Amino acid sequence: MKSLEIPAEKARLTEVLDFVLDYAGRLGFEKKELFQLKVCTEEIFVNVASYAYAPDTGLITVTADGTEDPLSVTLSFIDSGTPFDPLSKPDPEKNRPFSQAKKGGLGIFITKRMMDEVRYAYQDGRNILTIKKTIPPTENAHE
Amino acid sequence: MTITKTQEGAKLTVAIEGELNTNTAPELEKEFETCLDGITSLVIDAQKLDYISSAGLRALFGAAEVMQENGDMCVINANDEVRNIFEVTGFVDIIDVK
Repeated sequence: MKSLEIPAEKARLTEVLDFVLDYAGRLGFEKKELFQLKVCTEEIFVNVASYAYAPDTGLITVTADGTEDPLSVTLSFIDSGTPFDPLSKPDPEKNRPFSQAKKGGLGIFITKRMMDEVRYAYQDGRNILTIKKTIPPTENAHE
Repeated sequence: MTITKTQEGAKLTVAIEGELNTNTAPELEKEFETCLDGITSLVIDAQKLDYISSAGLRALFGAAEVMQENGDMCVINANDEVRNIFEVTGFVDIIDVK
């Protein structure tokens, strides 16, 4: 397992993405899943950077753990900010008007659709959002 | 991210190159604030768009909201990964993706 502790600030996004993509790339994830992991990491990190400590700032810890066979990666995003369960928000409505579509909630919706598991826990004063992406062994063998 | 605009009469093509993310989307939003006046057809050329997140989608929704009043808008040439984002978010249900 590897971890990165970094200020939860939008300007640090690239460092978080590099950390996650480097870890997942070494495990053997390829273009399609790396893109998905990148999007989900951005969405979660930016949410924490925008809201967890507002109007102050604070730290986020990102942990990455995985296996090569089956190919799987689990990422946790941990902050000590305001308790907030992003999974409690309803999904955006289909065919919504543009004014509605511009509002928040899209990032966590993307994450739920692209990852195999998304879990939230509030433990010891910390928000812990965990996502997991797994490539089923049969699909992996065909690639 | 690089934005290239090509205007032919009331048709504007905006080619977006690189990454449309949290940190680059505001630049595109700013561009849309000024470049859509008098435009009745907006084409977003995504051929060289490598990446998009929800911040990028919101920038495109903003343009779509303006174009809803003024004319039409479509997105062309998106790669498979970008198209996948359009599909899972329902973007394809409200914006014409060719």
